Amino acid sequence: MTGPPEPPGIDATGEARSAIADLVSAGGPVMFFQSGGCCDGSLPMCFRQGEFIIGDHDVLLGTISDCPFYIDHRQYEVWKGTRLTLDVGAGEPEGFSLAAGPGLHFIVRSRVCDASASDQFLGN
Amino acid sequence: MTNLMVNDAAKVDAADNVKVFIAPGLEGSLVSLKARYENFIGGKWVPPVKGEYMDDVSPVDGKAFCQVARSTKEDVELALDAAHAARVAWGETSLTDRAKVLNMIADVLEANLTMLAVAESYENGKPVRETLAADLPLAIDHFRYFAGATRSLEGRTTEIDKDTVAFHFHEPLGVVGQIIPFNFPLLMAAWKIAPALAAGNCTVLKPASPTPWSILKFAELLDGIVPKGVINVVTGPGAEIGKALATSPRIAKIGFTGETTTGRLIMQYAAQNLIPSTVELGGKSPNIFFADVMNADDEFLDKAIEGLVLYAFNKGEVCTCPSRALIQESIYDKFMERCLARIAKITQGNPLDTSTMIGAQVSNQQLEKIESYVEIGKQEGAQVLIGGNVATVDETLADGYYFEPTVMKGHNKMRVFQEEIFGPVLAVTTFTDEAQALEIANDSLYGLGAGVWTRDGNLAYRMGRGIKAGRVWTNCYHLYPAGAAFGGYKISGIGRENHQMMLEHYSQTKNLLVSYSTKPLGFF
Repeated sequence: MTGPPEPPGIDATGEARSAIADLVSAGGPVMFFQSGGCCDGSLPMCFRQGEFIIGDHDVLLGTISDCPFYIDHRQYEVWKGTRLTLDVGAGEPEGFSLAAGPGLHFIVRSRVCDASASDQFLGN
Repeated sequence: MTNLMVNDAAKVDAADNVKVFIAPGLEGSLVSLKARYENFIGGKWVPPVKGEYMDDVSPVDGKAFCQVARSTKEDVELALDAAHAARVAWGETSLTDRAKVLNMIADVLEANLTMLAVAESYENGKPVRETLAADLPLAIDHFRYFAGATRSLEGRTTEIDKDTVAFHFHEPLGVVGQIIPFNFPLLMAAWKIAPALAAGNCTVLKPASPTPWSILKFAELLDGIVPKGVINVVTGPGAEIGKALATSPRIAKIGFTGETTTGRLIMQYAAQNLIPSTVELGGKSPNIFFADVMNADDEFLDKAIEGLVLYAFNKGEVCTCPSRALIQESIYDKFMERCLARIAKITQGNPLDTSTMIGAQVSNQQLEKIESYVEIGKQEGAQVLIGGNVATVDETLADGYYFEPTVMKGHNKMRVFQEEIFGPVLAVTTFTDEAQALEIANDSLYGLGAGVWTRDGNLAYRMGRGIKAGRVWTNCYHLYPAGAAFGGYKISGIGRENHQMMLEHYSQTKNLLVSYSTKPLGFF
């Protein structure tokens, strides 16, 4: 990679933005929470806005098409060395997440970034 | 898994009795297959209210092999109706008869062990040698354990004073909701169903979306054994029916195994109904090898080497997968050489072949996730010691979801050391002394399992007590006997399974406080 290292955070592919637009037009705003742990942990979970209660210590990693993307603060400490891109993958979600369209689910892709630029996310 | 099971698995090879089971539904298969499966509600097969079905895909070849109900909240309501209709009678059934039902479930599972082992292997992609030797025997034993556990569980009586006695009874909660994962569909169903039923509850069970079918094969065997409505199985997407079940004001408890975000969501839903929940949410278990394991080249060293390679058990799709190996620096080169040689001998192939040691990941989603983690590991500077790629095992299975047994060397701050990959990917690093081993072991968000390998009993004890995890295997790994409590520290979850104490999780405590005195208190 050339140029200055990227900060942590999240961006999205056109497919992901398009899937979000479809979800929003069908049923209103959505939110994302980055999961961890067993089974389909490490996948981003998509919910209707307000479905999942955000805690005081959750970290807002960014917004995509006005939809917030959160991560647990402990998990953020582990993930802050990678920048995420929200994307869409084949197959229905295996857990409680909303689908990214028929037969599709949301995924995140990660690439190593500049973790020292992470302070901007803490304390929100 | 247990010694008994390892020996059983070995017998298959020793007898040169390697064979390939015929896939379900094909001529000569042990497993019958219908084109379409309905929900199991009230002891009957009930079509989904909205008439929708979804494909069930086998990871063995990536092809859909049957359809199951794509249920909606209306179907969850039907299952809750059936469970509530059965609730009072089952709750009042004597312990003798409840235990008899659990033992009969165990017997019918045992009578159909090979058939279900083949079904489970085909459904999940795990090798049939594992389902024959571990998944099914453990599930069977689980029902027998809770048949005994519930009869031996005694209420307590306390003499408050000479004339006043406190009686404590266990009473059923009523109807419970249970949501299980895809990695051990039948065994996780057994872990959830057996204690719930033993404690006198009726259950509505939601299998994981990728693995709904083998549990329906189990349900096919229950006719005439389990009273109608005591066990109900509803299949479909988590966002629809998982949510409908977990949010229902008609359940008295929700049990869940899965990932952390859904775990939080489950607890949030339970809070809204003021009901209890138990959640098991995964881990990133350290497996720690001290230098003295190489003090002799003996059977114990061989066991320790296998102990490291157990990360490939069930293709790494285990909440307690020993996916972080911590090896004392002074033996690292020699020990890893032996381990890598063992890993290189892992036979990957058709899960229905009894000689196959590692099968297929459960879904394409999981396969892609594993690939992406190996890529992240490489970007972070981890070194791939073996594997690292999607595997093709056989032309006829080209669309199956196979990944090579993989080892990556790096350090504990890397994401591949901190996150549950749920695949056959081992992250390995070194430590210099006991203090550093403990520090690395506990430097994790999770605390479900851990392994400690040493010939020094005192060291093993100190490490076992020092590691913040619910289960520390000492000079063993991946044993899951009924009777040993299983559950997590830290964000790995809340509650314990696999033990008589589970009956407390599925019971209310009724206290009768009785005065045998005729004297008034004298206040009024």
